[in-house]
Amino acid sequence: MTVKKNLAAATMLAGTMTALSFMSAGAAQAQGALVMYCGVQEEWCRAMTNAFERETGIKVSMTRKSAGEVYAQVKAEAANPRADIWWGGTGDPHMQAAEEGITDEYKSPKMGELQDWAVRQWEQSKGRTVGIYSGALGFGYNTELAQSKKIGDLKCWADLLKPELKDEVQVADPNSSGTAYTLLATIVQIMGEDKGFEYLKALHKNVNQYTKSGAAPAKAMALGETTAGIAFMHDIVTMVVDKAPVKVVAPCEGTGYEIGSMSIIKGAKNLDNAKKFYDWALTADAQKLGAEAKSYQVPSNKNTPIPPQAPKLNDIKLINFDFAKYGSSAERKRLLSKWDNEVKNLPK
Amino acid sequence: MSRATLGWIVLGWVGFALLPWYGFDRNAVHTLADYFVSGSALIHGLKGAWWLLPILAPLCLALIPVIRPSAETKGNWLIASGVLGLALVVLQGFSIGLNGWTLDILRNLFGEPGPSQAGMGYGAALTATAFLIVLCHGLAAHGWCRGDAFVTSSIGVVIALIIVFVFFPVTTILASAFADNNGNFAPYEFFAKFMDRSIWGLDCLSSDLRCGVAWNTLFLGLLVGVGTTALGLAFALIATRTGFRFKKLLRLMSVLPIITPPFVIGLALILLFGRSGALSAVLWEWFGVPRSRWIYGLPGVFIAQLLAFTPIAFLVLIGVVQGISPTLEEASQTLRAKSWTTFWTVTLPLMRPGLANAFLLGFVESLADFGNPLVLGGNYEVLSTKIFFAVVGAQQDQGRAAVLSIILLAFTLGAFWLQHAWLGKKVYTTVTGKGDAGIPLPLPRRVALASYLTALPWALFTVAVYAVIVVGAFVRSMGRDYTPTFEHFVTAFRVERADWGFYFSGSAWNSFFATVKVAALSAPLTAAIGLLTAYLLTRQRFSGQRAFEFGTLLSFAIPGTVVGVSYILAFNVPPIEITGTGFILVMCFVFRNMPVGVRSGIATLSQIDKSLDEASLTLGAGSSTTMRRVVLPLLRPAIVASLVYSFVRAMTAVSAVIFLVTAEYNMATTYIVGRVEAGEFGLAIAYSTVLILVMLVAIAVIQLAVGERRLGRRSASTAPSPVAVQAVP
Repeated sequence: MTVKKNLAAATMLAGTMTALSFMSAGAAQAQGALVMYCGVQEEWCRAMTNAFERETGIKVSMTRKSAGEVYAQVKAEAANPRADIWWGGTGDPHMQAAEEGITDEYKSPKMGELQDWAVRQWEQSKGRTVGIYSGALGFGYNTELAQSKKIGDLKCWADLLKPELKDEVQVADPNSSGTAYTLLATIVQIMGEDKGFEYLKALHKNVNQYTKSGAAPAKAMALGETTAGIAFMHDIVTMVVDKAPVKVVAPCEGTGYEIGSMSIIKGAKNLDNAKKFYDWALTADAQKLGAEAKSYQVPSNKNTPIPPQAPKLNDIKLINFDFAKYGSSAERKRLLSKWDNEVKNLPK
Repeated sequence: MSRATLGWIVLGWVGFALLPWYGFDRNAVHTLADYFVSGSALIHGLKGAWWLLPILAPLCLALIPVIRPSAETKGNWLIASGVLGLALVVLQGFSIGLNGWTLDILRNLFGEPGPSQAGMGYGAALTATAFLIVLCHGLAAHGWCRGDAFVTSSIGVVIALIIVFVFFPVTTILASAFADNNGNFAPYEFFAKFMDRSIWGLDCLSSDLRCGVAWNTLFLGLLVGVGTTALGLAFALIATRTGFRFKKLLRLMSVLPIITPPFVIGLALILLFGRSGALSAVLWEWFGVPRSRWIYGLPGVFIAQLLAFTPIAFLVLIGVVQGISPTLEEASQTLRAKSWTTFWTVTLPLMRPGLANAFLLGFVESLADFGNPLVLGGNYEVLSTKIFFAVVGAQQDQGRAAVLSIILLAFTLGAFWLQHAWLGKKVYTTVTGKGDAGIPLPLPRRVALASYLTALPWALFTVAVYAVIVVGAFVRSMGRDYTPTFEHFVTAFRVERADWGFYFSGSAWNSFFATVKVAALSAPLTAAIGLLTAYLLTRQRFSGQRAFEFGTLLSFAIPGTVVGVSYILAFNVPPIEITGTGFILVMCFVFRNMPVGVRSGIATLSQIDKSLDEASLTLGAGSSTTMRRVVLPLLRPAIVASLVYSFVRAMTAVSAVIFLVTAEYNMATTYIVGRVEAGEFGLAIAYSTVLILVMLVAIAVIQLAVGERRLGRRSASTAPSPVAVQAVP
């Protein structure tokens, strides 16, 4: 009997100890002096991490996630923050976090070198988030498919309503994707709310699928799964650079844009290093890394060379996007539920 | 007083007086003294953390029966010590947090901010465990579970683990279903969200509008449950009851999908059946079938889930089919039943526990699946993706996610109850100690034919899907550019030769090592806890057994996303502060995958005659010896199933870990998701093929290490084996 009991005790002890040894493995983590949540493509995140480490000797622990995931995590961790800085990803969740006060105010000495839109982002969030890049919304189409279907050139938002494009347009679901919400807000701002929803209802007839992820239509176009797709232009450019038969279009009526942002987490354990990174990330040298990592957004520092493949913001008719109004959670909820009830549930 | 009890009392003291009570500050450098004595609760308590000192009282209480041994009062003292100790540890842990008092009442009574403390460390964990076990030993001394301290301790430990790692996080997040955005109690909002038309709408029946997401999910789950069970049964029958020549190959192939990382099957299906897919092109050019987008939606998700979950049904059913005693079939034949009648009235009914379990797993897996609906769902929405985007999408509405989770949970538990009702109280015992049981009968011809007709085309289809995956890993860009290349592997797994050795410079190594480590650690833990639970559920009788069983299923029923967020909410602050560690990933996997161990354990155990255990007990072996020498060897199929399943799931799970990964513990799947998001399908597929290979090796190792179960039965070709002789007393 004692043998049995000793065995039982030993097994349980062994179990507990294994579990505990793992706890200590975790405790050794984050000797690194900056914990960063990164919201752009893996390659760009890595390039930023390496360059900063090389420049300052500060060890960066980087985790890559989509903007919405980072927001959800930062919010869940608010009582005991794990991260110091949140770099990259579309502006909406950054604004949302600023509104809820889970990110911190900071004024960088580099603010003077930034484009107006980046500074405006900073002002609207009361100093809690700053623009680091921007990208215009647009659409693209698969030239091979368009030719075989004899659709002709597409230039404007209105062209997407062509009857030949029935079931040939792909766009994300604004409930799940910031990209698609930008489209919703853009159309409402260009055409006014009533006309805008009329447009979206007409577009609904041509939409074959509301994807979950905002960049998915760009990929589907490249693979020939859909003829046209609405996405951020730099996402479509990535496909073009990858030699897909896709043409990028800046809509003639004008278009909205996103501002990729950066915020310092409130209660950051390595606040000084977070500020160092913040200042460094706003320099032209740091912002150059985007194009090298095949991300063709427009950088926010005026002195950064704009990558030749990037869609030129000057050639694009940008609307005066009201981030404060359309980024607020009340307006967002209202527009999304209106879209759900009036557009998404329509029969084809 | 037994030595085990004494040992645990000593360990309780060690945890309190020697080991560090708190977890370490991660940024500080530690000395040896931090690990020993000076960080202990005793020292902290004397230095001002007064709330730790009362814990001394129950520790002393436990010593009373040691000093004055008396059989009558021993149990009472132990119970008192255990209950009081656990209560004190929990009470101080939850009322004093990082920033002082955690409850408003305490703040008002004693003023702000009050004392503060960090999360619990080794010492606290050890002392709490010791209190728990002392309590269980006390209960055993009172005659619970026939006075068997091993059984009471096992029940106690499993219950405690389930409370800490399932109930605690889950209640944390489900509470948010009843709260508005500011965290206030708002039951009205709950009902508004719950009754929403997008959830329960039935418009698709009367018009071409969409039906509610709840119906979609339910319908898909039922389809997949039935489909996987049928396919799994066909494979299991072929593998055990026919002379099919490529059994090994069949077995391998049916297992392949389970070890395939998420998204990959979906991607392969798109590359095959998408509008510009390889097979669609063939169909169009040869047969004039127009290219369409049919794969996006219910058909695509259904096919992908069938591919992914048939192996689970197969793994569950093969153990059951093997375990059916031919004696009963032979008896049926002796009584002149035709082979079809025998199959229909004897063999099939004996498989009922297996069929029910396979269906339950297929149904639940389909409900919880996230990767396939994400890639292939099209406009067919299911709860799991809806929940994910309620958390991370543009709405950022955690309350809604919680409401949807409750619905998903209700479906799963409903299936569980139905299964119980169907299985009822019939007896399915077929593995007994009565020695030679005869030769398994060959299948009746129509059953064999039906099995071949279902299984073989499906196997061919699986081959096609995997061919696409293999090709995809070695060409530049599948679907566009078929130039052969090793580029993807080089990017992910480059190894450079440096002066001091090898330098793993590929971008995937980091996540690869972390994933293997976490998977290898969680698999044995999952199997151990799962099978122990199954043993307790089938072989022991105790009050609250149903509730206990329900608790073990709960974590499986909850969608991964919700589990991920709930783990952050529950374990980011003291008393249990483990976010950002590898430990939280391991625990997450253990408790998510444990139900498979439990289910397959129960399915196998309910076939093994209890008289075998009783014989062992009668001959004087204790319950842990019986378990080790009699039950475990007969449980080998279940052990393999749960080890394989938990290892594989730890390598392929995505939705739960997406919130739990950190820079140091990044998982392979989150890396792959990132690549898929970036449109680098080639790299994603290449990484996946490497993971598949690793898992194949792991499965082979597990099979080899655990070994096959040898039942006392002859096979058709050989003479009675020595094993069969041994089994006859």
